Amino acid sequence: MSMLPEADFSFIAREVKARSGLVLDAEQAYLIETRLAPIARRENLASVSELSTAARLRRDERLTWQIADALLTNETSFFRDRTPFHTLRDHVIPELQRARGHEKIRIWCAASSTGQEPFSIAMVVDEMRAEGRGADIEIVATDISERVLEKARAGLYSQFEVQRGLPVQMLLRHFEKAGDLWRIADRIRAMVRFQRFNLLDDLHPLGKFDIVLCRNVLSYFDPATKHATLEKIAAQMNDDAVLVLGASETTSSVTDAFAAMGIGRGFHARRTGALRAA
Amino acid sequence: MKTCLVVDDSRVIRKVARRILEDLAFHVDEAADGLEALAACRKEMPDAILLDWNMPVMTGIDFLRQLRRERGGEAPIVVFCTTENDVEHISEAIKAGANEYIMKPFDGDILLSKFIDAGILAQEAA
Repeated sequence: MSMLPEADFSFIAREVKARSGLVLDAEQAYLIETRLAPIARRENLASVSELSTAARLRRDERLTWQIADALLTNETSFFRDRTPFHTLRDHVIPELQRARGHEKIRIWCAASSTGQEPFSIAMVVDEMRAEGRGADIEIVATDISERVLEKARAGLYSQFEVQRGLPVQMLLRHFEKAGDLWRIADRIRAMVRFQRFNLLDDLHPLGKFDIVLCRNVLSYFDPATKHATLEKIAAQMNDDAVLVLGASETTSSVTDAFAAMGIGRGFHARRTGALRAA
Repeated sequence: MKTCLVVDDSRVIRKVARRILEDLAFHVDEAADGLEALAACRKEMPDAILLDWNMPVMTGIDFLRQLRRERGGEAPIVVFCTTENDVEHISEAIKAGANEYIMKPFDGDILLSKFIDAGILAQEAA
C-alpha cells in the first residue's frame, strides 16, 4: 500500500480534528488508507492522496465531511460493559426518581453511534415500568455522523450485533425477526429521540439533563478539546446530575467540574461550586 | 477448574468450541449427540453445557428436557448453539430450561458474551 504523502495526512488530520475533535496521529496512516479508499473509488479518484487533494482544492465541504465521517470510531454494543446499566437501573435512576417526584428525567447519550446505547437504556426503563417502577424518562441520543444515526433510527440489527451483550430474554422481549435481521420493538424505538449533534458546537439548544453518557469519546480528543467539552457538558447538567464516562476514562487531570462518585467506574457527579458561571 | 460439555454432531464445531473454551480456562468434554451427552451427565454433571439442536439419535431439545428431569440436572447452565435462529425455536429452548442461546455462526466474542449473560463467567473475563 502506498504511503500517504505528508501534505495529505496533515490536511486530513486538520480537517477531521476541526470537524469532530478526533486526533489522528501519523501511525494511523494505514487506517486512513483503508477507510478512505472506498470513498476515493466512489469519486473515481485513483488514490486517497488524490481524494485529499480534490477535497482541498475544490473546497468541497460535502467530500471533506465524508472523509471525517469515515474516520470516526463507531464501535458499540448493546449493554457495553454491562455494569454501568445495572448501576443506572439500581442506583442512579431510582435516586433521581425520588428527587424529582413526578418531574421528567432527561437522559442524553452524547455519542450514540448506531443506537445500541440509548436502546439499552430504553429497554432498562421499559423493564422498570413493567415491574411497576415507572418513570417519566426522555432519552435524547445524538451523534456527529448522519450515517450511524440513519442505522439507529431504522432500529435494525444483524444477528451478530444482537448477540454481543444482549441477553436472549431481552432479545425475545424487545425485538422481532425481520428477514435475516432483528428489529427493535416500536415501543422501545419511540422512547429515543435521535438527533444529529456535534459535541464541538454550542450545547445549549439541547437543554439540561439529569444523566449524560459520554463513553469512549473524549479519549480521542486532545486535552484542550477534552477540557472544553467536559465544561460544556457540565453546563448542560442539573446540579444533581450524573455523568457516565467509559470505564477507563476520568475527568481528574482535565477539569475540576466533576468528581468520581464511587458507585462504579466512569460515574461522575457535577461539582457545582467549581463550575464557572455558564 | 470449571467444566463444559460440548454437544454437537460436527467434529469441526466441537474442535472450534473446545479451543475457545479452553482459552477461557474450562475443562472441556465432548459428546456427539443428546444420548452421549446424557450418559456423560449421569457420570458427572458439568458446570456448563454448549448444546447443538439438530443431532442424530437424540436432539438437543430432547436432551435438555430429559436433563432437567434428572437428579442434579437443574444445575448445569445450558447454552444452546445452533443454526436455528427464529423466535419459535428460541422461545421453545428457554421454556425447556435453556439459560442462553447462541445463533450460529458464532465466534469467541459471542461465546464469551453469552457465557457472561448466563452467569458462568464473570464480567472481568471480558
